Amino acid sequence: MAEQDWPLWEVFIRSRTGLSHKHVGSLHAADQQMALQNARDLYTRRQEGVSIWVVPSAAIHASDPAERDAYFDPADDKIYRHPTFYDIPDEVEVL
Amino acid sequence: MTGSIDVRAAEPRLEYVLRLADNALVLGQRLGEWCGKGPALEEEMALVNFALDLVGQARMLLSYAAELEGAGHSEDDLAFLRDGMDFRNLLLVELPNRDFAFTIVRQCLFDLYQCGLYEELQRSGDSRLAEIAAKASKESRYHLQHSAGWFVRLGDGTAESHQRVQAALDRIWRYTGELFETDDVETALVAEGIAADPAVLRSEWDNQLDRILREATITRPADDGMASGGRHGRHTEHLGYMLAEMQFLQRAYPGASW
Repeated sequence: MAEQDWPLWEVFIRSRTGLSHKHVGSLHAADQQMALQNARDLYTRRQEGVSIWVVPSAAIHASDPAERDAYFDPADDKIYRHPTFYDIPDEVEVL
Repeated sequence: MTGSIDVRAAEPRLEYVLRLADNALVLGQRLGEWCGKGPALEEEMALVNFALDLVGQARMLLSYAAELEGAGHSEDDLAFLRDGMDFRNLLLVELPNRDFAFTIVRQCLFDLYQCGLYEELQRSGDSRLAEIAAKASKESRYHLQHSAGWFVRLGDGTAESHQRVQAALDRIWRYTGELFETDDVETALVAEGIAADPAVLRSEWDNQLDRILREATITRPADDGMASGGRHGRHTEHLGYMLAEMQFLQRAYPGASW
């Protein structure tokens, strides 16, 4: 038997209608269909979701940890970008 | 050791419900044996999920059977205190898992059967059966997607996976005739609109299986020396060993609970 590992996939689950898909983990699968089925069996056993996306991990382009300061520090001192100065109406459940 | 209970010579409806329950229970137990031994973590989770679905179906059916029996037994009593000759499951589901190809081929043949069966039973004149069928039908459809997917993937895969699937199907084929056998119990219940008609189930099963076999480039074996007897308590030697493991705790420590 050829000991070649199945490619890695990243799994995103939408927990309920109206919310966005969130990354929940990764898994191995030979193709898209198997990745979807494996995601269903690994990540939705406790009613975690209503929709699944799977994406080949190789398709993800990630930021460089060494560039972290240049990328993220400039946002540090700009608290006015947070919507914390507003009163949020009670009816808005998801923000 | 606690005494066994005996539900032999049951009235037709109880008999029928026990047959359905035992198929689910025995295959659930078999699939559970993959726990810790799956070919890949992801596949192992899938197989054990299916095992739990089947045990769930068995629980619903055994609870209903216990009510029909009216002898004060619980679903657990029926699962853990009946002896092998009192189990009504098909021989197909008690066969050992062997390799992954065998497990998948058996699962696919059984899922095809369950899909047709529970599709029909949703229209059963027995409302409890119809409710159970509605839930089981969704589970079976997913199981079939999975097992048929693997059946085709392996059959139309490498030379070795193809050969293993063909060998598994050849070995298992003689246990498929029993799926569509009928007897007085089922004939009476079919006439009452309670049970599914095996003749109807068979033609649909045949059609769908042929489609899967074509896609998987696997040859359908000839009907030869077909085995029978599970429904009437005549089992292979494998069931006893399985029950010994499954029932050990309740037999050795009666009434033990979490």
